[in-house]
Amino acid sequence: MNIYVLVKRTFDTEEKLVISNGKIQEDGAEFIINPYDEYAIEEAITVRDAHGGEVTVITIGGEEAEKQLRTALAMGADKAVLINTEDDLDEMDQYTTAYILAEYLRDKNPDLILAGNVAIDGGSGQVGPRVADLLGINYVTTITNLQIEGTNVKIVRDIEGDAEELETSLPLLVTAQQGLNEPRYPSLPGIMKAKKKPLEEIEIDDLDIDEEDVEPKTETLEIYMPPKKAAGRILEGDLATQVSELVGLLRNEAKVI
Amino acid sequence: MSKKVLVLAETREGALRNVSFEAIAAAKQISGGGEVVAVLLGDSVSEFGAELVNCGADRVITVEHPHLKSYTSDGYGQAFMAVIEQENPEGIVFGHTAVGKDLSPKIASKLQAGLISDVTTIEGEGEDAVFVRPIYSGKAFEKKTIKEGITFVTVRPNNIAPLPREERSGEVSSLVVDITNLRTIISNVVRKSAEGVDLSEAKVIVAGGRGVKSADGFAPLQELANLLGGAVGASRGACDADYVDYSLQIGQTGKVVTPDLYIAAGISGAIQHLAGMSNSKVIVAINKDPEANIFKVADYGIVGDLFEVVPMLTEEFRKVM
Ligand SMILES: Cc1cc2nc3c(=O)[nH]c(=O)nc-3n(C[C@H](O)[C@H](O)[C@H](O)COP(=O)(O)OP(=O)(O)OC[C@H]3O[C@@H](n4cnc5c(N)ncnc54)[C@H](O)[C@@H]3O)c2cc1C
Ligand SMILES: Cc1cc2nc3c(=O)[nH]c(=O)nc-3n(C[C@H](O)[C@H](O)[C@H](O)COP(=O)(O)OP(=O)(O)OC[C@H]3O[C@@H](n4cnc5c(N)ncnc54)[C@H](O)[C@@H]3O)c2cc1C
Repeated sequence: MNIYVLVKRTFDTEEKLVISNGKIQEDGAEFIINPYDEYAIEEAITVRDAHGGEVTVITIGGEEAEKQLRTALAMGADKAVLINTEDDLDEMDQYTTAYILAEYLRDKNPDLILAGNVAIDGGSGQVGPRVADLLGINYVTTITNLQIEGTNVKIVRDIEGDAEELETSLPLLVTAQQGLNEPRYPSLPGIMKAKKKPLEEIEIDDLDIDEEDVEPKTETLEIYMPPKKAAGRILEGDLATQVSELVGLLRNEAKVI
Repeated sequence: MSKKVLVLAETREGALRNVSFEAIAAAKQISGGGEVVAVLLGDSVSEFGAELVNCGADRVITVEHPHLKSYTSDGYGQAFMAVIEQENPEGIVFGHTAVGKDLSPKIASKLQAGLISDVTTIEGEGEDAVFVRPIYSGKAFEKKTIKEGITFVTVRPNNIAPLPREERSGEVSSLVVDITNLRTIISNVVRKSAEGVDLSEAKVIVAGGRGVKSADGFAPLQELANLLGGAVGASRGACDADYVDYSLQIGQTGKVVTPDLYIAAGISGAIQHLAGMSNSKVIVAINKDPEANIFKVADYGIVGDLFEVVPMLTEEFRKVM
């Protein structure tokens, strides 16, 4: 089976976020594989181990994204592709990202493409379904279970807490929801092997894409921190006093009850 | 220039979802005095047309087909694209719901359009509309505009105020669309969410975490929620420990909520949890650990044992309500 995983290098949002000059400060920040993409990688490896074939992880980004690709290879992916846009594109949006990924995948005849349901930094959840639409294949989002038999696919997906069971077929793009699996940690031998696995680096030129083709359709005017909330009030005194004070505050100050 | 804006209206358990009224208000603002057209898709939905008009839609278009009974991206995609072809809108608004999240990128892709997802505030109107959305798990915000083409956004439930309801008249028409070649067949939906209050639309949420310690431990939280006319929610910690079902999970993976009042009991305040509730208007934290992260986003905090505090809170509310 010909399996592709879309992987995004993301800022670790568990870490402190600093904005200066209207930009997220990246120096010294922690970067990780988008957590939902880890579920996608794990599932891809499981499917390959059960059905044979090859797992290729792809990312669009700069040179530094090699680190996340190596981690995916260490988990067990077979090949990695970095589409390096550093020299060509200053501005991108989900339209751009999906366009480039679809152009790369167009002649690869993927049976199964896996993505995360959402990136924890950009947070739009658009890229997976957009790529599927551009390739003309079906997609299913926020999946929590995947069973493949031949070209038949049985899926359970999370829809706002309810579990929807459905049937579809390959070729297919799915996006991973938490609960799909427990991603493995790269093992030491895995890490050693990953160093020798193929990691191809290409640019949009290699895909016959012109800058004009992928001009973003949206514009970001400003990035900012939410206005600092006044420090919360930790109530004091004996518990009964605190509780009656809280009820008073919610009714008279916050006026929410 | 005023715009014609389409809104995808959604129903749940036989009623229109509040987020659809909020989407109409958003569409009105984007239209800058133009026309708001609500679109209803399903097997039998025309009964909801009049209510959408009373909530601000100028017109309603229904597409009814047996294949639209359950949502599939193919079925809804074909139906909505047919409406777009007929109407040539300059704007589209969806709710940022399971359906909206799944369908909007497909429609945007077909239109080769930009899409601004999960909008919480719209500043300005018509051509000048600017869209605010949370990024980095809610730690920051960005302001975005559409550079060219159709203005397409999804709006986060419970953030944009609906328009006041009033008796109005507006055309409700139906469009016949041939829905073919569905690649997905829904075999079953296991309902796990509680009947009634939709968490993403609740005005009051009492949420419990691993600190609640058992399924029974949620009983006092439920009692408080009932008294306040709200709903019970939970952290991943509580769901993983099997105290409550995953359908109650709030956060990045679960539901994103913006109630007027969010009471977090025995929840530590991990970023993935905050991503789902930090926009709440007022946050109360009850936790026995004074260092817990949840106090950083709380407006009011009580450091103490939730098994003591929650029942006392219920008693106190009962006295004054
Ligand atoms: C050089 C550069 C400039 C940028 N400029 C802007 C800008 O001006 N304005 C702006 O809003 N954004 C900008 N971005 C951000 C970028 O457009 C988005 O992060 C990207 O489109 C993904 O959108 P998202 O984060 O919403 O991902 P989502 O749609 O939430 O991601 C869902 C899934 O899609 C896949 N995916 C997402 N991104 C990638 C990727 N890069 N490679 C492989 N798979 C991926 C992953 O599986 C992910 O889990 C820029 C990015 C770069 C690298
Ligand atoms: C990709 C990914 C996605 C995730 N998505 C989500 C998500 O959507 N939602 C989510 O919630 N989490 C999510 N998580 C998990 C998240 O990181 C935390 O693990 C989780 O939120 C912790 O739950 P908790 O606060 O209930 O438990 P804990 O962190 O264990 O906190 C329990 C708290 O209860 C307090 N406590 C204990 N006993 C009492 C008592 N008697 N009285 C008062 N306080 C008491 C403790 O002091 C502690 O602060 C995600 C994680 C990942 C990696």
